Amino acid sequence: MNTSLSKLVGGKEGLVGLAVLAAIIFVVLPLGVDIFRLNLVGKYLTYAFVAVSLVLLWGNGGILSLGQGIFFGLGGYGMAMFMKLEASDPITTKIQTTPGIPDFMDWNQITSLPWFWEPFKSLPLTILIILTIPALFAYLIGFAMFKRRVGGVYFAIITQAIALILSILIVGQQGFTGGVNGITDLKTVWGWDTRNDSAKYILYYLNGFLLFGAILLSKYVLNSKFGMLLLAMRDKEERVRFSGYDVSNFKIFIFCLAAMISAVGGAMFTLQVGFMSPSFVGIVPSIEMVIFCAVGGRASLIGAVYGTLFVNFGKTFFSESYPELWLFIMGGLFIAVVMFFPDGLAGIWAKYSHKLNFFKKKSSVIVAEMPSDITKKDADKKMANDIGVTNIEGAKA
Amino acid sequence: MSNTDFVLAIEDLTVSFDGFKAVDNLTMYIDKNELRVVIGPNGAGKTTVLDLICGKTKSTNGSIKFMNHELTKLSEHEIVREGVGRKFQTPSIYENLSVYQNLEVSYPKGRSVWGSLFFKRTAEVKEQVLKIAEEIMLTNFLDMEAALLSHGQKQWLEIGMLLMQDPQLLMLDEPVAGMSAKERDQTAELLNKISNNRSVLVIEHDMEFVKKIAHKVTVLHQGKILAEGPMDQVQEDEKVIEVYLGH
Repeated sequence: MNTSLSKLVGGKEGLVGLAVLAAIIFVVLPLGVDIFRLNLVGKYLTYAFVAVSLVLLWGNGGILSLGQGIFFGLGGYGMAMFMKLEASDPITTKIQTTPGIPDFMDWNQITSLPWFWEPFKSLPLTILIILTIPALFAYLIGFAMFKRRVGGVYFAIITQAIALILSILIVGQQGFTGGVNGITDLKTVWGWDTRNDSAKYILYYLNGFLLFGAILLSKYVLNSKFGMLLLAMRDKEERVRFSGYDVSNFKIFIFCLAAMISAVGGAMFTLQVGFMSPSFVGIVPSIEMVIFCAVGGRASLIGAVYGTLFVNFGKTFFSESYPELWLFIMGGLFIAVVMFFPDGLAGIWAKYSHKLNFFKKKSSVIVAEMPSDITKKDADKKMANDIGVTNIEGAKA
Repeated sequence: MSNTDFVLAIEDLTVSFDGFKAVDNLTMYIDKNELRVVIGPNGAGKTTVLDLICGKTKSTNGSIKFMNHELTKLSEHEIVREGVGRKFQTPSIYENLSVYQNLEVSYPKGRSVWGSLFFKRTAEVKEQVLKIAEEIMLTNFLDMEAALLSHGQKQWLEIGMLLMQDPQLLMLDEPVAGMSAKERDQTAELLNKISNNRSVLVIEHDMEFVKKIAHKVTVLHQGKILAEGPMDQVQEDEKVIEVYLGH
């Protein structure tokens, strides 16, 4: 392996981590569970895109976005609009008043396809839109906020408000968006049926490869000087500014990149699950995704994937047995992570893995990488800061 | 205002916070390769002057020219790129990065988003980091996480981060606060060395330290200049004695 490639995956340690994750996603799970469950895992892994984007944005950049559902939703709706148009050809919809438009439009007395649906007749254009529009939207939000030096809790609140506005807008504009039901009955992509088992396997693998692509891209960014500056900005933003960097541009860029990665996750969600609805856009999913990231370890790209899987398996297990308890458990989990494991699963792994005999040889490296007490306390404080805990305490006092 | 030979020319500078003039009609010039120390009692406006020069605070009135470029209209990072470096009062370093990384991040290439994404860690960068590390006496700590350095070493590291940018004007806000006597001596030596080919503006309280480094001293009081000149002369000045001892 040449040196730049080795640096990309993060040396031997990083390579082992990636290889284990790849083995789990590409071999163990497909062999171990039936296609119904595997499709479920595939759905969880689309959330992992968002968790990975939050590792970049929040874990490394210190920018907490409570509105990543916006971008997941935009990506998901983009793909859903394309598939809906394909499912609404004039022959299948001939019983409608206006054949050839999506059924929900017909129900809402809309007689021609709205202009903004036109580009979604073409798959290449749809993919282009999925990759650019969420990033562009993030650019507008980022430009308006970061140039004015809005940050911290205020940024989190505003992104959350935007997520709420977008989900209300989607619900309200039923004729254009399918309303609260979302866009359903999606069947094919370019005539290829996405609902049968073989298609589900193919989509699962495609999703896995794209997720690895996102992780590698993120690793590249974090290993570059840009990544170091992200950490520096999280620590001492003023110092970075007074070292000649236009801090806002760096924040805007990482916000756009996070939006793009989230949107790809959203598009893969639609492909695998077969529908998209406003319940994946608003506040609740956006916050859930922050929890996935926090549980996995907010600074660890691979940890984010495990965190997503862990929380979602928990969710499926508990909501099958004790549906009314799940929300409390998840809330408790988040509080526990913030208070006791600020570095999440990745932090627990780094702390205890050296005790396992199997990893004896590597142990010294891991210990060296462990955050010292000082920085750990620091991380605690920062995490509390990000989510506004200190402000609450301040208000009490 | 006409162009001058001075590195820094501050003329008629005023900043008012809700009517309170923290800096009042200040005029001050700094020569090439000069090491100037600004002293004055608490609330005299010393730190505000640095804030104004580096763009952290915007002036109400007046002009700041650095090598004949007007600074008052520029944003913080543009002022840095003109060649002005500023050290903060409390050590401002990136605690989670190593000493080496702290210095490397401050290297003045790859300052744009794309530039930083494709920044190459060339031999030149490494050489510069090692050179500066030697100057600030941290060669043996390059791999250490910056959070673990002693207070004095953190101050040196921040000075080193500024030196990486090779600024023509270096501004230091109380660089020896909280340092041991030995560290103070070493810092004095360091400052004398780095002022060989650049101008340095220091704010300091410690008179012993000021004596060791200052070429010229400016005494600020209530936002105005009370006295200016060599240390001995300023110390004899009656107005200065009154401000420091009279209250």
